Amino acid sequence: MLSRRDFLQMSIAASAIVGASGVGDWARLAARQSLTQNDLLDFETTGNVTLIHFTDCHAQVKPVWFREPSINIGVGEVSGKPPHISGKAFLDAYGLEAGSPEAYALTSEDFVNMAQAYGRVGGMDRVSTIVKAIRADRPGALFLDGGDTWQGSLTSLKTEGQDMVNIMNLLRPDAMTSHWEFTYGVDRVNEIVENLPFPFLGANIFDNEWDEPAYEPYSMYERNGVNIAVIGQAFPYLPIANPRWMFPGLSFGVREERMREVVAEVKDEGADLVVVLSHNGFDVDRKMAAQVEGIDVILAGHTHDALPDPVVVGKTLIVASGSHSKFVSRLDLDVQGKSVKGFNYRLIPVFADVIAPDPEMTALVEKERAPFKAELEKVVGKTDSLLYRRGNFNGTWDDLICQALLEERDADIALSPGFRWGPSLLPGEDITREDIYAATGMTYPNAYRTEMTGEMLHTILEDVADNLFNPDPYYQQGGDMVRVGGMGYRIDVNKPIGERITEMVLLKTGEKIDRDKSYVVSGWASVNEGTEGPPIYDVVESYVARKGTISLEPNTSVKVTGA
Amino acid sequence: MEMTRRDMLAFASALAAVGLIGIKPAEASTELLEEAINKFAGGMPESGGVSITAPEIAENGNTVPVEVEAPGATDILILADGNPNPDVATMHFGKLAAEQRGATRIRLAKTQNVVAVAKMQDGTYRMAKREVKVTIGGCGG
Repeated sequence: MLSRRDFLQMSIAASAIVGASGVGDWARLAARQSLTQNDLLDFETTGNVTLIHFTDCHAQVKPVWFREPSINIGVGEVSGKPPHISGKAFLDAYGLEAGSPEAYALTSEDFVNMAQAYGRVGGMDRVSTIVKAIRADRPGALFLDGGDTWQGSLTSLKTEGQDMVNIMNLLRPDAMTSHWEFTYGVDRVNEIVENLPFPFLGANIFDNEWDEPAYEPYSMYERNGVNIAVIGQAFPYLPIANPRWMFPGLSFGVREERMREVVAEVKDEGADLVVVLSHNGFDVDRKMAAQVEGIDVILAGHTHDALPDPVVVGKTLIVASGSHSKFVSRLDLDVQGKSVKGFNYRLIPVFADVIAPDPEMTALVEKERAPFKAELEKVVGKTDSLLYRRGNFNGTWDDLICQALLEERDADIALSPGFRWGPSLLPGEDITREDIYAATGMTYPNAYRTEMTGEMLHTILEDVADNLFNPDPYYQQGGDMVRVGGMGYRIDVNKPIGERITEMVLLKTGEKIDRDKSYVVSGWASVNEGTEGPPIYDVVESYVARKGTISLEPNTSVKVTGA
Repeated sequence: MEMTRRDMLAFASALAAVGLIGIKPAEASTELLEEAINKFAGGMPESGGVSITAPEIAENGNTVPVEVEAPGATDILILADGNPNPDVATMHFGKLAAEQRGATRIRLAKTQNVVAVAKMQDGTYRMAKREVKVTIGGCGG
């Protein structure tokens, strides 16, 4: 745990490396010191129902750095609409001031300087403090976990999610839904769910053989005389985006008609308020809100967007609560006669140096980490560059991973999946084994090495681009673009599939990619059973250990048009 | 191409499964589709009155669940315009059928339209079309 004194020392050390920029930094430090826990939790209690939303923590239990995307393109009708804005446009849209705590939490502008001023974010003990404070203010507040909770760290991988199950059980959510949970395999999920003290919801999860619901679709709660239905919606494209062989008997899908049926069912059961705890991804939720009548609130996850206000579609409020334990959302609703008459909302940034840790949770987190302490703390190397992943195209973490694949696996071209999970590291920091696992730790990590023709590479890029930039949100899978090392290309996001990707170039020679020629390609996270190769975290570790210090040049190999 | 079966990665194997690499299978032309519709309906029917339920993106192109419904139909013809042969199935509904609805699983070689043509009790025909995407997947999240 980082004490305030450690924090100050670290921030002085970090500014010595980067070079303090004088007045600006002091202004920000002043801003930080004036920020208190009460400021962050201050809330005008409204109406008769409180929902607490927490999602996509990716097993991050200690405070981290997390840089929001500088590029997050929306296509078609949602172009330029939240969450498809970043940087200054984001600040302007929400009337936020550059350099403010909100700007640090929600955008990537001047990230390194602001990180030094405002400190790390998240930590399950801080999250616990916030949840307890809201519950004290509104007894019976519903605490809902949007999933992607059990995966994303060294300890969660080694315990098959058990550390996160134990930690979340102490936080006592009222329900959860899922995505990466299933990458531990269906048997492991069922083993956990059997003993879970709260419902594991997924109205869109079906048994493949009999086409019957495989998990509880919804759960009903009564609070202050209001009947609340919480419907779970798991990630629709699990069998496509993640390895189907790990949960062969299950089918998912958007299943709009099924959602309509379940909404009708809960209304028949007397629901006054219908909440969807969703792992659809923001644009899918926005379309579903427009298509399916009767949903009052969608708690949106999966795409890791963090928005300071709910997006309103018809009568539906859509809340987006970020990722990596960086935010907790509080939504108060005034429900009268089966309709929402008023609401109050706050996206609470979990500033780790401002929110006091809850000692009970600190103790549990340390207990879960203790068996792995030496591994977690093993310093592998150091970075001179900011390492981050999030953004539609290459982030520096993936530039590092791609470089590791190219060199350690002796390949012409490297492919790294467009995952949105993985915290950031600041320039001057050590790279520990824990950091490497936070960017790569998952259950199908094998780094393959194979040959592919130029034509196949083109098909892959086109296919992934269509999962991201299809103008119909129901066809979007919610990841970012596959990251590429050793090859450059141009993408026009507004073109149809097959026409977006042009000018593919092999960077080491500068020559055009030949459709008929074969190239040596290395990548990881193949969804194919039996993929061979060393795990990606070992590949990255041996590369970082060999290099000692990582320095990355800005990556200009992807040219984006049409955005 | 030097890709052994064992080294094969997800993208490649999925591609092979949907027939985008190796020998390209023949695909049904627009003429074949129109011919099949003409043969059944004697022309191009109006759309509406028929619904097709199918995933937006197939989880497994080899077995895609498809449900068709056309209240008041006596027969429903199902076609897939991107398969080597567009014919999938024809469902016949007796007079005592409570619902004119049927579900099956079909193989789709690639992204294509599933077409349903219904013959109604009054002898008219109606039609619906729905695109199902077959992807190579693998990078969501």
